[in-house]
Amino acid sequence: MTSKGFVSIEGKQVAIENEKNLLELIRKAGIEIPTFCYHSELSVYGACRLCLADIEGMGIQASCSIEPKDGMKVKVHTPQIREIRRTNIELLLASGHHNCTTCVKTGYCTLQDVARKLGVKELRFKEADTRKARNTHSHSIVRDPDKCILCGDCIRMCSEVQGIGVIDFAGRGSKTEVLPTFGKDLADVECVNCGQCVRICPTGALSSKSEVSQIWADIWSPSKKVAVQIAPAVRVALGEMYNLPAGENATGQIATALRMIGFDYVYDTSYSADLTIFEEATEFLQRFEKGEKLPLFTSCCPAWVKHAEHCYSDLLENISTCKSPQQMMASAIKASYVKEGGKREDISVVSVMPCTAKKYEAKRPEFSVNGDSDVSNVLTTMELARMIDEKGIKFSELEPGAFDMPFGFKTGAGVIFGTAGGVTEAVIRYIMGIVVPSADYKPVCKVLHEDASLKELELEVNGKKVRIAAVNGLKNAKKLIEDIKTGKKQYDFIEVMACPNGCVGGAGQPVTNSSQNAAKRREGLYGIDGQQQLHKPQDNHYITKLYDALQSEIGGHKAHELFHTHYHNRKRVNISPRSEEGKVHVNVCFGSTCVRHGAKDLVRQIRQYAQSKNINAQIDVSPSFCYEKCTKAPVVRINDVEIEKADIEKIDIVLTKELTKAAQ
Amino acid sequence: MPKTDLGAIKNAYDKNYKNITKKIIVCAGTGCVSSGSLKIFEAFKKGLEERKIHVSLQISEGCREVYLTKSGCQGFCQQGPLLSIGDIFYTKVKESDVEELIEKTVLKDEPVERLLYKNPADGKKYAKSGDIPFYKKQTRFLLRDCGRINPGDINEYISRGGYFSAAKACNEMTPEEICKAISDSGLRGRGGGGFPTGRKWDLTRQSKGDKKYVICNGDEGDPGAFMDRSVMEGDPHAVLEGMIIAARAIGADEGYIYVRMEYPLAVERVRFAIKQAEEAGILGCGIFGSGHNFKINVMEGAGAFVCGEETALIASVEGERGMPRPKPPFPAQSGLFGKPTVINNVETLANIGKVMAIGAAEFRKMGTAASPGTKTFALTGHVCNSGLVEVPFGSTIHQIVNEIAGGTANDKGEADLNAFKAVQIGGPSGGCLTKEHMDLPLDFDSLKSVGAMVGSGGLVVMNDKTCMVNIAKFFMGFTQNESCGKCVSCREGTKQMLNMLNDISEGKATIKTLDLLDGLANVVKVSSLCGLGKSAPNPVLSTIKYFKDEYLAHIKDKTCPTNNCKALAKYIIDAVKCKGCTACKRVCPAGAISGEVRQAHKIDASKCIKCGACASACKFGAVSVGG
Amino acid sequence: MSLEKLNDVIAILNEYDNNPSKLIPILQKVQQQYNYLPQDAMTFVANSLGIAPSKVYGVATFFSHFSTVPKGRHIIKICDGTACHVKKSEGIINAAKKRLGLTDEKHTSNDFMFTLECVSCLGACGIAPVAVVDDEVHPQMTPEKMTALIDAVCAKEKANA
Repeated sequence: MTSKGFVSIEGKQVAIENEKNLLELIRKAGIEIPTFCYHSELSVYGACRLCLADIEGMGIQASCSIEPKDGMKVKVHTPQIREIRRTNIELLLASGHHNCTTCVKTGYCTLQDVARKLGVKELRFKEADTRKARNTHSHSIVRDPDKCILCGDCIRMCSEVQGIGVIDFAGRGSKTEVLPTFGKDLADVECVNCGQCVRICPTGALSSKSEVSQIWADIWSPSKKVAVQIAPAVRVALGEMYNLPAGENATGQIATALRMIGFDYVYDTSYSADLTIFEEATEFLQRFEKGEKLPLFTSCCPAWVKHAEHCYSDLLENISTCKSPQQMMASAIKASYVKEGGKREDISVVSVMPCTAKKYEAKRPEFSVNGDSDVSNVLTTMELARMIDEKGIKFSELEPGAFDMPFGFKTGAGVIFGTAGGVTEAVIRYIMGIVVPSADYKPVCKVLHEDASLKELELEVNGKKVRIAAVNGLKNAKKLIEDIKTGKKQYDFIEVMACPNGCVGGAGQPVTNSSQNAAKRREGLYGIDGQQQLHKPQDNHYITKLYDALQSEIGGHKAHELFHTHYHNRKRVNISPRSEEGKVHVNVCFGSTCVRHGAKDLVRQIRQYAQSKNINAQIDVSPSFCYEKCTKAPVVRINDVEIEKADIEKIDIVLTKELTKAAQ
Repeated sequence: MPKTDLGAIKNAYDKNYKNITKKIIVCAGTGCVSSGSLKIFEAFKKGLEERKIHVSLQISEGCREVYLTKSGCQGFCQQGPLLSIGDIFYTKVKESDVEELIEKTVLKDEPVERLLYKNPADGKKYAKSGDIPFYKKQTRFLLRDCGRINPGDINEYISRGGYFSAAKACNEMTPEEICKAISDSGLRGRGGGGFPTGRKWDLTRQSKGDKKYVICNGDEGDPGAFMDRSVMEGDPHAVLEGMIIAARAIGADEGYIYVRMEYPLAVERVRFAIKQAEEAGILGCGIFGSGHNFKINVMEGAGAFVCGEETALIASVEGERGMPRPKPPFPAQSGLFGKPTVINNVETLANIGKVMAIGAAEFRKMGTAASPGTKTFALTGHVCNSGLVEVPFGSTIHQIVNEIAGGTANDKGEADLNAFKAVQIGGPSGGCLTKEHMDLPLDFDSLKSVGAMVGSGGLVVMNDKTCMVNIAKFFMGFTQNESCGKCVSCREGTKQMLNMLNDISEGKATIKTLDLLDGLANVVKVSSLCGLGKSAPNPVLSTIKYFKDEYLAHIKDKTCPTNNCKALAKYIIDAVKCKGCTACKRVCPAGAISGEVRQAHKIDASKCIKCGACASACKFGAVSVGG
Repeated sequence: MSLEKLNDVIAILNEYDNNPSKLIPILQKVQQQYNYLPQDAMTFVANSLGIAPSKVYGVATFFSHFSTVPKGRHIIKICDGTACHVKKSEGIINAAKKRLGLTDEKHTSNDFMFTLECVSCLGACGIAPVAVVDDEVHPQMTPEKMTALIDAVCAKEKANA
């Protein structure tokens, strides 16, 4: 790479390459300059005023916002800069209630870390005297505004990377807050619980909701058996908490640790990942053959599923009805336990996930029987480390152990689920295995496009082309869906993972400053896949045995009962219905799909129509809650008659009829 | 679009104007309107029509006899409502005076003595506005027509030479030539920073972009400043002309005027002016018959001082929260919707047409070498004549306050030269000037050197009854409230500075507080993200610098020398004046007063909550507040 | 949200071509319709513009002109800009608060008759101190004049009731 000149940083000449800003160049020079609000994956915000640099001729500037130029002379540690940094940290510490020792983020908190490094020992400023309300209703995320330093990282993550935007700044000046829409609780807005905000939050203002105490209680309960399952992505990340390099396989040690903690059965979610492929690939092949409800979207990611329920009610029937591996595993464990004579409520299932949304998924009412959730509690990777530490287990000194059978057996396909594109590859391995029984497990297909967020493949099945996409990051998914809706892109099968890089980059994983870690974890998973004897899901004979035991075929009745689910439309409701007695009710659906399909214009047309026919007094036109018929938008209901893909002609016919009826 | 013939419009106007025998101008600026000037206007119309005198409200074909018109702000707001009949200038006119004014002045050319301006200093009366010291000592270059012409009549603007510069810029000059002409004039931005306008334009001109914008910043948020309001209300076409020239200079085809929502009249006048200009082919497609297009949109602010900062203003035009963005990139490179954008203040833009008309050399004859031209100031506070004044850069506080505004007013509102304590210049971003600065020539650089700034040009005169800690607290309260909340230094720093100022004014501070305040002020000044934060500590720093004794009195002696700080007030009963009526004792909610009937009462300072109830209850003036 | 008002909101959105960059003028007009910004209306605007409702809320709470709670029928603005401040606007504010039973946190009277707003400068410094009642500017105010103004509005309301 040719150099674009040199910058003198603390007297050292540093070559400019492709650094986006001076901050990156300073880091390249080996100086860890403090910042809260600069992240390479987010836009430059410039608010924390810590990454200061004294540039000759320009004075003190925030290095995140300065383009490095040849000949610049920069100092990053001067008496004035030191004073500013310490003052700003003191101001932040005084602005809230940080209570470091009892904070869930202690030890992983950037604010704590920077304060320690700068040697802030006293607060000269008046400390805040009021407390703000915490959000505790979400199953996944706890929001504590008293610890918020308003760096805006969560906001930019939610909108810029995930394309959702459920949180934003509200208020102004010292009354500024980060708030979910209209100041509601996180549980009551369109948050998908992906937890990327938690991952990026430099303080304890956003954290995952810990269920550690309930899990200890279950473990210690004499009447209970507790089974634990660990997701694929956990095994290549937990080691980072114990100074192992990212991506290093710690499966064996984790199994040992889980047993030492006191779990009765130690299982591997990779097993149910294999199982998921049996059901999902079968479902796909059936749909593909019939050519209906395509493209099929995967359903393993609960954040994506909830997002679709909020925003793509017209696509809900395209989402695979398969439960996620976490839920399939719990269903299988509970069903087997009952089959062997146990009582359903006597066994509880804990899962260790790289994810915060899995906590929410476990609490979905569809996944419980008479109030008994299939998965009782969910631990994130980091929370498992907390339990290991609490028990006093010296993780790095553990001898590797093995999973319990049958739900501890897996093929490599079940392991790669933990990284973006893994589900897709597992499906392809399964389908190829059926189509060409002798084929090697490595997929033979045409790669049409591949970058960090999107992979497009083409596969030939019985002479027909299957168009496949695997996308990660919800904002990227949003764009893909828009392209599908506008006809720019066409697919048959689409994998969506809400988090960038898939589950290895989940919000439950160890917090790290290195963006390289997700990639290393991914390599780790493929490494484990390589070490397996089996690579195709259908080679998992414990799954064949499970179907035999359930006396069900793949996709059969019993399998459907246990391994499939359904979805709800959670579209924003913004209109309250209103009606007047004795009138013909004309209700126009004002769900956002109908609005996009001209519902607003339709209301205007109906009003004009009523005016022209002089029937204003006889009818009551009002917008309505979403009728959840988004594929048939716009929808109008006249008394009890529903008109799909409504236009004024159709309305005219029904309305005339209803008015005659009413007159009689 | 056919070429707009400005010369023909001007000639027709001048010809028609000759048919007028009398001109009545009623000031319809915000100040005079609120004092009832519109009713006066209507009364004139009615009164004249009753006398069968023809009233023309506009100069046009067939106009004759009396020309009755409304002007924008004439600047002498405190004396309003203002009006002039021919050469005779009246102040504080009431609706009931109109009959007499018609009978005497309109019909007989006789002045109505009691409505003429009387100089408070010497009691002398003036019939002509030009003779009144308030106007006489000003240099009204920018405000030449403001308050003299009807802002609702584009032809009147053209008749005064308006739009000729814009037409020349569009048809006869290259963008480079325009930038050079403005650079040569040395015109600097009037919005606060004083950046050379020509250079700003030239940088934007050189930026590559398929689309460029011109934004007129009329978000005049400094409390105590109203120059931009007056210009937009009184001479809106001058602003439009400046924008047209700027657009031609940088290659923009769209512009925005961003006006505070607190200025409804300015919004109305600007909108109307745009409509007239569009109809005249001066805005829209192919303006002045050239190949250039220019469209202007009006955007009303929604109440945020920080939107006066250019990147925050841009954010709010884009539909975002008005939070400043890091610079670079500068708007000249990437501004509105990411396109190269020039943002100029109202006063700057209103200067452009006139500067081009007289030329750089002539313009440079006014003001100083580094700050050529004139500056308008909004003169308020404890002065005899508050209002809008325009002086060349380099004028002194003495000239403005004492010669133009008639001097400092004491608490009773009387002229009292000795009552002068300080002038706050530049609003919440500026600083204080004291007696020692009376003869400091005011310009961008001299003010910076003493810790103040021109800002947008608010000048608040304060008399000796003003507490400087209280003033610092007032401004800090303002910036704290108006801080956008984005960067740590400003959001938290202003909050803590306000805390400390509160402590000082309540007697809770120690000398350490003052050091900490000074230190924090310097941190906020250097490390804030935008101009609002960087200048927020100025009022604190300059009051500490010039009035440290007053701070120390609050801190060490726990007294407020001017008795403004309630918490430090000490209520004392004068034993001689006290008749022992017990009224004070009965009203005291804290039971702090003791004393027997017909004997002098006493206040126990440790119990007193300083509510002042005793002072209002005492009929003998025996209760006083001591420092 | 009633249909009549919804239709108005739709008309406002159409006037601005459902352009998200026009959010502020759109909210200004919506507020004119409702006298404040109801959540339903903000959600509807967000849906129509294709932006997150949290962003609309963020903008609505940033600018002091917007209110997310209903305002009184009469709006009293008292200027506390520098010029008005040095001419003792504080006393006028206190008089209005006392007359209406308001505090620093409570800006609207219990009967929703008055909302008191302290504004930072109305640009009418020459006639300071200034108060604006329902868009009418009142110059050179005093606490007594303020109370009398409120009394006058109340009397008018009573007469019309």
